[in-house]
Amino acid sequence: MIKLRHILGGATALLAAGFVLAAGADLGQAQKQATNWTAITMFAIFVGITLWITKWAAAKTKTAADFYTAGGGITGFQNGLAIAGDYMSAASFLGISGLVFASGFDGLIFSIGWLVGWPVITFLMAERLRNLGKFTFADVAGYRFDPGPIRSFAAMGSLVVVAFYLIAQMVGAGQLIKLLFGLEYTLAVVMVGAIMMIYVLFGGMTATTWVQIIKACMLLVGATFMALAVMFQFGFSPEAMFAKAVEVHAKHDSIMGPGALITDPVSAISVGMALMFGTAGLPHILMRFFTVPSAKEARKSVAWATTWIGYFYILTFIIGFGAITNLIPNPADYFVGGELAKGLKGGGNMAAVHLSKAVGGDLFMGFISAVAFATILAVVAGLTLSGASAVSHDLYASVWRKGKVDSATELRVSKITTVCLGVLAVLLGIIFEKQNVAFMVMLAFAVACSANFPVLFMSVLWKDCTTKGAVAGGTVGLILSVALTVVSPAVWEATLGNPKGSALFPYASPAIFSMTAAFAVIWIVSLLDRSAQAAKERALFPAQLIRSETGVGSSSASGH
Amino acid sequence: MKDDIVERIQKNPKFLKMVSIRNNYSIIMSILMMVVYFGYILLIAFNKPFLATKVSEGAVMSVGIPLGLGVLVFTIIITAIYVRRANTEFDAMKDDIVKEASK
Repeated sequence: MIKLRHILGGATALLAAGFVLAAGADLGQAQKQATNWTAITMFAIFVGITLWITKWAAAKTKTAADFYTAGGGITGFQNGLAIAGDYMSAASFLGISGLVFASGFDGLIFSIGWLVGWPVITFLMAERLRNLGKFTFADVAGYRFDPGPIRSFAAMGSLVVVAFYLIAQMVGAGQLIKLLFGLEYTLAVVMVGAIMMIYVLFGGMTATTWVQIIKACMLLVGATFMALAVMFQFGFSPEAMFAKAVEVHAKHDSIMGPGALITDPVSAISVGMALMFGTAGLPHILMRFFTVPSAKEARKSVAWATTWIGYFYILTFIIGFGAITNLIPNPADYFVGGELAKGLKGGGNMAAVHLSKAVGGDLFMGFISAVAFATILAVVAGLTLSGASAVSHDLYASVWRKGKVDSATELRVSKITTVCLGVLAVLLGIIFEKQNVAFMVMLAFAVACSANFPVLFMSVLWKDCTTKGAVAGGTVGLILSVALTVVSPAVWEATLGNPKGSALFPYASPAIFSMTAAFAVIWIVSLLDRSAQAAKERALFPAQLIRSETGVGSSSASGH
Repeated sequence: MKDDIVERIQKNPKFLKMVSIRNNYSIIMSILMMVVYFGYILLIAFNKPFLATKVSEGAVMSVGIPLGLGVLVFTIIITAIYVRRANTEFDAMKDDIVKEASK
């Protein structure tokens, strides 16, 4: 407890230092400085409340189960909000509204893609995950498979997804905070890393869950207010809003139809597959299903999560159009040098933030800026927790110590890993500062759908699947999805700076090839696997089926 | 004790019936979702002009917007329908099977 108080004190000092720097950096622009103070105050309140919750959660986090899953005591409704808080990243809030602002209709394509994975999780995975798993999704595949290879693979798959997602979040956080609060990039990244580490280290899953719930509520309330304010301007007539948008937007009527976002059908389907099935392979999302007490609550959580996330995406679409109709007629206030052609101040992703000022003044803009920062913290905390559980539960406790380890030791290893991951996240954030990381989230989805999803799906639903097949197929999917992304235009040309047209792989996402290859290899290798171990694994399938379908024997009191 | 329950559930024909009803339902719902989503994606890939058609003469809104928002709403509704049936009907079947086996 004393240690916690010290660290909380340190964080407060760090925040205070940040404020001083913020004030110093912006002395030249009086108006901007005032805005920053509102945002910083609101954010400080958020951090204060969440640290207080962390202190409360720390008292409840005594065992490894508390740390990974909040003791399984979260309700379906709470977990649904937390999943929404974990999933609605700054990229989807600022990114989608920015995309709608830039090209109208095209923004809708991404928001749909990001939602359609949820029914797949509901219909095929949620209940089985809850019944078979304990702390990580590797528990599910590890039920009947040889723990060494399958858990090593699952931990690798988790860590790769977490790493790419984390880099995207950290770099985004640094840029955003630099812009909204006027802080130095490095200081911003260190602050995010430090606060996130306090949440996870002391409060574990309980604190992370509540940070995500609070953030989800703030984001939903803020976005609802903005969308209502926009609709109010047009007497709640979408037609009037679209008419005004078409009138003022440089692309005029073409914002009403699909544009250049999707050009070839292969990319269209491939991106669609990555988003639809990748969601069902994201370790930080899958982990959330172990925090509820029963399969029933697990299903309720996805129903709520889908509702909130879907509602939120409808709001971002209205917000994007609101930004078109509110910002473009006032170039002097929102555009670089007052010229439309030079783009929005702070870049295209700032559409929602500028709109918040247009409809709610400086105070509301401060609120939305604080929400954007809180969003990053909540997502980063969830990612770190799932990375830490992959290392401590899968690699350390199950593979290395072969399950012969007490809860206290496992908890200690989780905490050490959390610190390592936090430091690593900060370092990666600093290393990638000047890189174009837009492809990283898509890469995380590609790996999730090509490595984690096929292994989970086949191990649970196909009785003949074996360890060798799952590990071989998953590894092929993992390597192929990363390799093809590296030689695709987004990385080869846009990030590595090779000449246009030189990318070996012409499509926007590798999923259609890498996911298919993973399934094919799992199938073929499993069929060819005639080892004694394989026979033992197949014989365990009926027992696994009963547990996955009824929950009999599943971990922690499932209420039956 | 636990192994006993597992064995009894395995022998209960109601169990296999429940698994097949529920799996069929899951698969049908998944296919329905995929048809709607990939149908929309394929429209974007192959028939952009259709999505850009106006909803009515003289309107600004294009067909693609209500269709796209419709996919979002459909996603929420299909999830809710499944969860409702699973949490009532399927869970009742499951509880019944587990109760019989625990006797």
